[in-house]
Amino acid sequence: MTELSKTGAALGEPTSASPAPTAFLEVRDLKVHFPTDDGLVKSVDGLSFSLEKGKTLGIVGESGSGKSVTSLGIMGLHTAGQYGKRKAQISGEIWLDGTELLSADPDHVRKLRGRQMSMIFQDPLSALHPYYTIGAQIVEAYRIHHDVDKKTAKRRAVEMLDRVGIPQPDKRVDSYPHEFSGGMRQRAMIAMSLVNNPELLIADEPTTALDVTVQAQILDLIRDLQKEFGSAVIVITHDLGVVAELADDILVMYGGRCVERGPAEDVFYQPRHPYTWGLLGSMPRLDREQQERLIPVKGSPPSLINIPSGCAFNPRCPYADLPKDNVTRTVRPELAEVGTRHWAACHLGKEQRERIWTEEIAPKL
Amino acid sequence: MSDDEKAVTIPAQADEPQLQGGTLTKDPAPGEVLLKVTGLQKHFPIKKGLLQRQVGAVHAVDGLDFEVRSGETLGVVGESGCGKSTMGRLITRLLEPTGGKIEFEGKDITHLGVSGMRPLRRNVQMIFQDPYSSLNPRHTIGTIVGAPFKLQGVEPEGGVKKEVQRLLEVVGLNPEHYNRYPHEFSGGQRQRIGIARALALNPKLVVADEPVSALDVSIQAQVVNLLDDLQQELGLTYVIIAHDLSVVRHVSDRIAVMYLGKIVELADRELLYKAPMHPYTKALMSAVPIPDPRRKNAKSDRILLQGDVPSPISPPSGCRFHTRCWKATQICTTTEPPLLQLQPGQQVACHHPENFADQAPQDTVLLTVAKEAEKLLGETALQESAETSAAVAATLSEEAAEPVSEPETGTDEEK
Repeated sequence: MTELSKTGAALGEPTSASPAPTAFLEVRDLKVHFPTDDGLVKSVDGLSFSLEKGKTLGIVGESGSGKSVTSLGIMGLHTAGQYGKRKAQISGEIWLDGTELLSADPDHVRKLRGRQMSMIFQDPLSALHPYYTIGAQIVEAYRIHHDVDKKTAKRRAVEMLDRVGIPQPDKRVDSYPHEFSGGMRQRAMIAMSLVNNPELLIADEPTTALDVTVQAQILDLIRDLQKEFGSAVIVITHDLGVVAELADDILVMYGGRCVERGPAEDVFYQPRHPYTWGLLGSMPRLDREQQERLIPVKGSPPSLINIPSGCAFNPRCPYADLPKDNVTRTVRPELAEVGTRHWAACHLGKEQRERIWTEEIAPKL
Repeated sequence: MSDDEKAVTIPAQADEPQLQGGTLTKDPAPGEVLLKVTGLQKHFPIKKGLLQRQVGAVHAVDGLDFEVRSGETLGVVGESGCGKSTMGRLITRLLEPTGGKIEFEGKDITHLGVSGMRPLRRNVQMIFQDPYSSLNPRHTIGTIVGAPFKLQGVEPEGGVKKEVQRLLEVVGLNPEHYNRYPHEFSGGQRQRIGIARALALNPKLVVADEPVSALDVSIQAQVVNLLDDLQQELGLTYVIIAHDLSVVRHVSDRIAVMYLGKIVELADRELLYKAPMHPYTKALMSAVPIPDPRRKNAKSDRILLQGDVPSPISPPSGCRFHTRCWKATQICTTTEPPLLQLQPGQQVACHHPENFADQAPQDTVLLTVAKEAEKLLGETALQESAETSAAVAATLSEEAAEPVSEPETGTDEEK
């Protein structure tokens, strides 16, 4: 996150003439909108971030905040027109290692997908093909990008299964997905996504479908593999525990936009957005003394068709009336720097937020 | 939440004279045993072939003993497939037990038929996990929440509609939504509708199967707080089944940890979380990711379990956890440890408990599984566990005459 202060969302709409970034992955003002009968669904509405190799970015948010749409957008999986005849409307820039993906030739992106960037999906049972063996699916992923014979590819598949901790990989390579348990399927999918040594790995809720003991195994595995391969990793989750385990930087999404972004420690210890406070307060924690009550966020997440005007969080924000002139309901706040490499989009004054956090929120957590 | 200050009164239907069944007794005083379960079993048969001969059985629940006292919350945790949901369906008698006994307010309800259960249904209600599939999409909210009155033939004071609207208000919904359909509500609101329906007949026991796991974090907290408030105001007794250990800790007074159809540990909340005795409980708790980036690299205090839960079709002999346990010895493969009360408020089924004196000290040779599993443990975790166990053993032998002293907790660093 070196160039963010120059190229962050605060700059507004970047033009196509803007220079190629130095960061490994840089997303600039990404917008993904879906036209529907009820109106335009603004799933992602102006998102910018960057990520270096060897680092992990955690994207946190509730369902419908645009986390998964962002990841599919980076992978270039929205343009295929899978939503009937109406395609998703995508704008902005996605720079991966010096190449802009949105304007690039789809065939070129296709070559990058699976090789330079790959993805771990939430539900391994629906992401793996039930008709083919695990081995066949990994072999396919490998042979698309490498000109090798089947035997070599299968050796590679066995090696990867072994690497992700599947017992007896030489036998299990010929098993079908239904013969695996949930945790093993997720391992197999990780093996498949890493078989080409991708430089960017996107893990979309990688452990949500798993039990807590298996989740611990998978999180350890992702962390070890990242160290080994030095990839850039994006972890998308709603579980703050999972991000805290993995992420170097955290991006909090709400209503399709980033509301806070910064180093993990800052976001956890010096959060500067009322929504982040809400998330931290809603969560019962094992590492603290028992709280009397949880502090929930009132109301429910907004509809992406009718995102509230002004700050999207204003109907749920307990401090929405503090800024003057009803500004929270009329003007959309932009990301502003609140610390070193730490941004938040909120109308409350910087000192005001620091005071509320230290005096009102932090003691109750 | 909007329902915080509201004074909640549900008309005391239980006090009205009951003609049907006549099984209703007066409300038990807080602390009295409301539900007693002994040796509860549920085996689902596996049938094969043309003649559908039974070739085996899934031992979903295999011998549970516990009590639920009036006014308390019993949390039930475990991984998927441990039988916790089956247990919930057995005690609400949505499933027929294979063996064992369920007593509700002293009455044996183990094998009551549909008509026999009907008068009891108003006392035992259930909240389901998925608010999307547990509400009939073709019925209005008014019909859904009013259904229990119709089924039980109860005419609440002021009419069903007024009562339903009052219930909606109790759970924090707008009473004017009476005529809306489920699809018009968000997940959190739907879960509130499910809760309103469960509360309609003023039940004594509410069994909630994963009540918040389908909800977003910020909504989870709203529903957890709502359950809390309702318990205080209406004196409800809860059995809350969940896989999320931090939620369970937040809502429960006592917690049962299940593994492969058995309760491995049943203890008061504080005891369980401060000093878990069963190795499985300890592993389960250490696996919960802690939302604190400063602890990111504290890998050493995490216990990684090897592999997956074995199949409940042919569960391991002896202690069911021995195939993944780092303390397993010969006795664990042969003898099933009974659920024993090792100290007041803490029952454990283990030969070699953590934070306590060894129950089978003569058996010291580790199994190969255990040796392998040991490698996966952080060294500090192992050392710590040995130290605390030794410390407890020492205090126990010294002060044999005195009551069991609290074992030193090995989890100090968590504060």
